[in-house]
This record gives sequence, C-alpha cells and structure tokens, in this order.
Amino acid sequence: MSLQVVTANRLDDGLVVFLTSDGGWSENINDARIAEGKEAANALLAEASAPELDVVIVGPYLIDVEQQDGGLVPTKYREVLRTKGPSVREDLGYQAV
Amino acid sequence: MYRYDDFDRQLVLERTEQFREQVKRRLAGDITEEQFRPLRLMNGVYLQLHAYMLRVAVPYGTLRADQLRQLGMIARKYDKGYGHFTTRQNIQYNWPKLDEIPDALLDLAKVEMHAIQTSGNCIRNTTTDQYAGAAADEIEDPRPYCELIRQWSTFHPEFTYLPRKFKIAVTGSPNDRAAVKVHDIGLRMHQNDAGETGFEVMVGGGLGRTPFVGKTIREFIGKNDLFSYLEAILRVYNRFGRRDNKYKARIKILVHEEGIDKIRELVEEEWAQIKDGSLRVDDAEIAHYIEQFAPPAFEALSDDDADFERHKAENRRFANWVRSNVIEHKQPGYAIANVSLKPIGGIPGDATDSQMELVADLSEKYSFGDVRVTHEQNLVLPHVKKADLFAVWSELDKAELGTANLGYVTDIISCPGLDYCALATARSIPLSQRISERFGDLDRQHDIGELKIKISGCINACGHHHVGHIGILGLDKRGKEFYQITLGGDASEDAAIGKIAGAGFSEAEVVDAIESLVTKYIDIRESGERFIDTYRRVGMDPFKEVLYGDR
Repeated sequence: MSLQVVTANRLDDGLVVFLTSDGGWSENINDARIAEGKEAANALLAEASAPELDVVIVGPYLIDVEQQDGGLVPTKYREVLRTKGPSVREDLGYQAV
Repeated sequence: MYRYDDFDRQLVLERTEQFREQVKRRLAGDITEEQFRPLRLMNGVYLQLHAYMLRVAVPYGTLRADQLRQLGMIARKYDKGYGHFTTRQNIQYNWPKLDEIPDALLDLAKVEMHAIQTSGNCIRNTTTDQYAGAAADEIEDPRPYCELIRQWSTFHPEFTYLPRKFKIAVTGSPNDRAAVKVHDIGLRMHQNDAGETGFEVMVGGGLGRTPFVGKTIREFIGKNDLFSYLEAILRVYNRFGRRDNKYKARIKILVHEEGIDKIRELVEEEWAQIKDGSLRVDDAEIAHYIEQFAPPAFEALSDDDADFERHKAENRRFANWVRSNVIEHKQPGYAIANVSLKPIGGIPGDATDSQMELVADLSEKYSFGDVRVTHEQNLVLPHVKKADLFAVWSELDKAELGTANLGYVTDIISCPGLDYCALATARSIPLSQRISERFGDLDRQHDIGELKIKISGCINACGHHHVGHIGILGLDKRGKEFYQITLGGDASEDAAIGKIAGAGFSEAEVVDAIESLVTKYIDIRESGERFIDTYRRVGMDPFKEVLYGDR
C-alpha cells in the first residue's frame, strides 16, 4: 500500500515543512506522520487543511514516500529536492545542515 | 538615468507601507492565503519550492552603481549572499522571509527601486538593448521611450487586470539584442521615408507553450503617437483577449486566432478615438526625457590606445576577453565591457553580494556609475575607456567575473528550473553546467564561434529555449527528467522559433547529443558560417541523423 505524508511551506519564512504525529510541522521529513492507503491520506490532508492552520502553513498537499535505510524518501525527484535544497547549491537548504 | 520625482518616491513608499500592513495582517491571520496571494504577487513575492522568492524590477535593465551595491547588500542581509539575474533583466532573491520582505522593499526604495509589476496580469517591466546609449549601431537611445512606457504603464488603472501578463521590449538598433519579436509588443526604432525616427510595432510574439514570432501591426508610428497607439493595442487586448483559459489568454493567441489584419483594424479604430488626446506626447516632453538619458561626459579621445594594445599583446587571457566580451562603443576611445555571469561550470546569472558590490565599484570608477543587466543574464559596464579595460578586466578576473565567453557555447541562458522553481518539470542549471564544462576549452569555443544554447526547465520557456540556436526543454517523463532538443531558433532581428528535433534524451544522454550536433556543424559548415547559418542552409535532416541515426 502506498505511503504518503503531507508537506507545505511555512507561512513566515516559506521553508518546507511536514505534518508530524502531534499535529505540528517539522523541517525533517522523518518526523512526518505517515498515512497508509487512500482513506488515511485523505484524513491527513483534511487535518492539514484546517482553516486555523492557514496562519501557520501555505498550500498543504500529499506526497508519495518510501522507507529507505530507516528514513523517508519522496518518490518524486521534485519532492526530494524540497527535502534537501537546490542540487546545484549543496551548501544551502536542509542538506547543508 | 531616469529621475525619480517626488511622485515616484511617494508612490513606492506608500506601496511598501501598504504591503507591510498586508503582511502583518496575513501573519496575524486577519486575511487568508487566498486573499493575500494576489497582494504578494503584485509586490513581486512568489512562493517557490524551498522558500519565498522576491523579484525586483530593473527598469529596462539599467542600474546605477548605488543601486547595484544595494542589491548586493540585500542579498547579504535578507538572502543567502547571492541573487539571480533573469531573462527579464530583473533580479530574483531565492530565500527571503515573508516577515522581512517589507524591510527589504524599504531598503530597495531607498535607492529608487521596487518590485511593483514584476508579477500579475499587468504590463511588466519594459526591457531593452543592454547597450542602449552606448552601441555604435544604434539609431537613438531607446531608454527615454522605455521610461515613458514605464510611467504610462505603472499602476495604469485600466490595465491592472489584463487577461494575462504583458511584456513590451524596445530596440533602438537594427541589430536586435532585446528579442523584441518574441514579446507581446516589440518596438523597433527606424526611420521612415520622410527621415523621421519612429517605431515599427510588432504584436503577438511570445514563447511559452505556444511560441510565436510577433507580427507587424504598424510599419511606422511616430514618437509623439507611440503611447496612444500602445494604449489602443492594450484596450483591444483587454477587451477581446481570452479570459476563459489561462493558456490562451496572452495577446499572441488573440492575434493568432483573429488574424493580424483584424487586430490592426480594431486597434486603428480605437486609436482614431484617442490619438489626439492626453496620451499624445509633444516634442518638448520627449526632449525632457531624452535629456534625462543624456550621454555622460565623455572625454575626446583617440580611438587607438597604445597601452590597451600593449596589454592585449602581452596578456593572452586579456586579449581573449577583449575578443569576445568587449563591444564597439559609439564614442571614440571608449568600449562596452560585458561582465560574464557564466563562469565555466557555474550557475548562469547568479552573482554573489560581493560580486555585485565589485561591479558597482568598477562602474563608479570606470563607467560613469552605469551598469546594465542583459536578457542573456550577464552584466555590462557600458562606457569604459579603452585605456581602462585592462584594469577593469584584472579586477573582474580576480572575482571570477572575467570569463571570456560572451556569445559562445558556454554563454548559456538557463532558467532556475527544478532546483528552485515550483512550476519546473526538470532541472536546467545542472545541464547548463555540464554543457559549459564539456565545451569549456576556450580554443574550442573560438572554433565553434557564436552558438546560443538556451535551456528551460518547463514549457513556460523562461529560459527562452524556443529561440536558442540549440534549445533544450526539460520535461518529466514518468518521474524522470528528460530533455527535448529544438534547433534553429533565433532571438535576433531574424527571429525564428526552433523546431523539435525528435524524441527527448535522458539526463545522461543529452550532453553527448549536444556535442554530436556541434561536431556535425563543424564538419559541414562553410567558411564564416555560424551554427545557425549552417542549420539554415542544410536544414534539420543532417542534425537529426547524428542525433537519431536510424531510430
């Protein structure tokens, strides 16, 4: 069954974040709450789209992920870039930390 | 340089304060993202893959030294120490925080800059020849007219909600360096039979998913009538342009669907109503604007400078830089110096804070404080004494700004692509870097000669791939990046849209594919032919053959 997490950009600084188990937002995809299957994914997205979160994050959406070496990796390259930063500037973004 | 008057100053400061309030209300939850989004876009603030992006207008690509220095300061203070110069002659910052952007805009306003009309369905920043006021081949400096267009179009109440964005480009030279034929309106200065200077007006050019070369709507419009005529075109577009489909909303689609003759008829009809009204600009007013762009105080010099010739003879690297990057100036003893933002293997168009400050310093010392941004993502010091070129190059070279590759195969236009852009379908910068490295050897670049490679990371074509001699379009094929090659595009006065060569190439294959095209060109070119000339002579087939063989 496909695994999904919710991602968005944080309102104040625009950085990439992921919805966590406690309803917060983390910069680390490995903190993300995983939804297995369509129903769980829809519920997760509904939670992330709550009107009160409009003041925390912008544009939440679901992405497909895979478990790899104990960590979560998005299946689409676009989303991999979002978890790391620009491939042409490895000194910038989350990959730099 | 244009002069900010009190009206401009007040307008920009008011806008900055309005945006500060809007950001405050957004962060407090008083307005939703849906309500805020159009407001932030009107102030040049996008949300990209990793962060917000701020696009700052550089009116017709002209900067003063203090402005460029401030752009460097903003890169350091609000961003991560760099900025990206774009094909719209603008600069983009990739990492500003929303809550700090109002302060950044205030710092911009201090040097008479802003981000107004760098997004949204309005008339965007007018672009022009980066050598305006310096080029030996120009009829007249186009910037006074660009400035009049800027004033006419800024906050034009009637054109704030056009069907789609609208871009105007102007060239004052028969050699078009501003790609005017691929803009919504392109203006080409020329003289009519009576010896008056005016403009050919082209309309409906553009790139994106449906590329077109602009069509001539009027062979000649006099300077006094230009603005009422532009207004008439915009009115026709505003009224008849399609609003039902975002992808068919640009004026190029209207012109294509209705035909240029029909559009001309509508525009002439509209123009007849307004041409003698308040938009008619008299000679005295035009003279006032021309005066704002008066040439700097050039010294009367001989065009031959012995020291310059000696440096060229003694320093091969300097001579190479002069060969490609230095262009003839209209004033004897002066030259136009191009500052390449395309170091071999570097990121096209990126400049660090200290590089911006260095170019600002050099412009102050050697180029009357004047700097230009080119649509090919380089900078220009437009008025350098030949005697000073060696000193300028030495300073540039130390800061990795002295690459001698203007117009060569490594002088690649590239959009930010999937490394930054939320719309992109593939990366473009890494590909440009690999091509640059593959062809980095300067002797080889000299042998190849002028070759314009342009790369876009999606169909929106910000990297102008349609008008690259070799164009590359990055797409997503089942989750993998792949690249479609077009050949025969041209952004100059001989504008042409490139043709797709065939099936796309994987990321691993594409650089070899480009090299095979170049090798073929070398094999079959006739004396003096550039890549584009050879392509025009032999057509697609020989190139297709090397790309695909029997495939």
